[in-house]
Amino acid sequence: MSDTPFARATRPQAHRPNNHRPVTTESPAFRVALIAVIVLFLAFLLFAPLVAVFAEALSKGAIEAIKSLANSEASSAIKLTLIVAAVAVPLNAVFGIAAAWFITKYDFRGKALLITLIDLPFSVSPVVAGLCLVLTFGANTAVGGWMVAQGYPIVFALPSIILASMFVTFPFVARELIPVMIEQGKAEEEAALTLGASGWRIFFTVTLPNIRWALLYGVLLCNARAMGEFGAVAVVSGKIRGQTATMPITIEMLYNEYLSVSAFSMAAVLALLALLTLTLKTLLEWRFADQLAAAHRP
Amino acid sequence: MQIEIDQISKEFGATAALHPVSLSIPSGALVALLGPSGSGKTTLLRILGGLEFPTAGRVLFDAADATNLTVQDRRAGFVFQSYALFRHMTVFENIAYGLRARPRAGRPAKAEIARRVTKLLELIQLPDIGARYPSQLSGGQRQRVALARALAIEPRMLLLDEPFGALDARVRKELRAGLREIHDTTGLTTIFVTHDQDEAMELADLVVVMSMGRIEQIGRPQDIRARPATAFVKEFLAV
Repeated sequence: MSDTPFARATRPQAHRPNNHRPVTTESPAFRVALIAVIVLFLAFLLFAPLVAVFAEALSKGAIEAIKSLANSEASSAIKLTLIVAAVAVPLNAVFGIAAAWFITKYDFRGKALLITLIDLPFSVSPVVAGLCLVLTFGANTAVGGWMVAQGYPIVFALPSIILASMFVTFPFVARELIPVMIEQGKAEEEAALTLGASGWRIFFTVTLPNIRWALLYGVLLCNARAMGEFGAVAVVSGKIRGQTATMPITIEMLYNEYLSVSAFSMAAVLALLALLTLTLKTLLEWRFADQLAAAHRP
Repeated sequence: MQIEIDQISKEFGATAALHPVSLSIPSGALVALLGPSGSGKTTLLRILGGLEFPTAGRVLFDAADATNLTVQDRRAGFVFQSYALFRHMTVFENIAYGLRARPRAGRPAKAEIARRVTKLLELIQLPDIGARYPSQLSGGQRQRVALARALAIEPRMLLLDEPFGALDARVRKELRAGLREIHDTTGLTTIFVTHDQDEAMELADLVVVMSMGRIEQIGRPQDIRARPATAFVKEFLAV
C-alpha cells in the first residue's frame, strides 16, 4: 500500500490536520476493503452461478449440449417463451406508458390507490396470481367455459400463459417511467401546447423522446422477467410438454428427470437471452452516449 | 391585439388563486404583472395563455370572446419560467417546432421554415447556435431561444413568466433591453410576470401590482411610484 502513488503524494501533508483528500473520499484501505467486499459478493452471487450453468451444460461437450436442444420439445419451449415475451412485453409497455402518463400529468382522487394497485404484482406471490387466473378464467367459469366452447381455451393454453406473464411483469415499465416523468414535469408539454401541437404530436415528439431511456430500461426488465417467469406460469399452463411448457417450466421438468445436460443447456440458452438484452442495452447507451448526456444535463 | 380581462376568478379546490379581477390592456402595450409569490400573477398569465381555465369571468381578444378558446387556437407566444426548451432537440428544431406542428394546409415549406428560423436567430442575436442543444447554452441564451421559439408561431401576443428569474444580475440587465427591443420591433402586446419591482418599473409601459389574488393598482410606473394606491403597494415598493 505504502508505495502507491496516492500514498506517496499525500505523505508530506500527513502531519497537517487538513490533507488534500476530498472530504467525501474514504481512506485508501477502506476503499480497497469496500471494493473487495463487493467483488466477492458479486463473484459468489452472480458470476459463479452463471459459470456453473454453462459449465454444467457443456460438461459432456458442446455437441451433447446442442443435441439436447435439437428436439421438438426443446424448440417448442423456446418458441413459446419468445411468443409470450413478444406479446406480453409490448402490451405492458403500452399499459405502462398510459399509466405513468395518467399518474404524472393529471391530479385526481385515488391516485395513491392506483399507484398501490400497479405495485400489486410485486407483492402478490406469482403462484397466487396463477391460481387467481385459473379461478377467473378456468373451464368451469362463465368466461372460460364460453371460450372453451368456442374452441379457444384460456387456462392450460397460450392465453393464460400470456396473461400470467403480463400480470407478473406489469409494474416494470410504469415503475421506471413514473419517477422520470415526475422529475421532468409538464413544462415541455405545455410549451408544445402553446406552440399549437396536438396531443398525439406532443406525445410522439416531446414526451416519448424524453422518456425513451427509462422506457427502454423498463421494457428490458419486463422482457427478462417475462421470459423467466416460473410460478404463475407453472400454475396456469398445465405443463403440457411440447405445448404449454415454457423454457423455465421445461428446465424444471428436465432437471427433475435427472437430465442435467438438457436442463442446463436450456438454462444456458435462457441466461444467454438475458445477457443478450443486457448487451443490447449497453450498446444502445454507448451509441447514444452524447444524446444521453445532453438530455440529463439541466 | 387588445386584451380585456372581465371579472376573471380562479379557484384551485377550496383555495381562491384569483378573486374576480378585471383589466384592460391596450394593443401593443408592454405590461408587467408585479407581485410577491402567491399573488396570482402567474395564474392570470396562464389563463391568458389558455393553460388554465378561469372558474368564472371572460377573456376578450380584440373584443371577441376567447374564454373557451383552446391553447392551440390562442396563438399566444409563451415563455416559461425555466424556458421549457425541448432538451432532445437542437435550437433550430426547437424554434421550428411550432411551424412544423401546423396542420399540413398552413405549414410553410421546408425552405421557408429554415428561412424564418434563421431570421429569428438573427433577431435574438444568436445566429450561429442553430445546431446546438439547449444543454450547451448559457442561461441567457436559453431565454432568448425560448423567446424566438414563442415568436416563431407569429403569435397574437407574447406572455412571459418570470423571464429573467433564472439569470444573474448582469445578464438580466442586458436581456431587459433585448426584450424591450423585440417588443418594439414586433409591436406585439406583451405581458410579463415578475416579482422584481425594478424590472417592472424599468421595462413596462403599464404595471399591474397584485397581491393575494387581487389587483392592487394599475398604472404607469411613474404614477405608481408617485401615488401608491394602497398600503400594500406602498410597502411593496419600499422594499
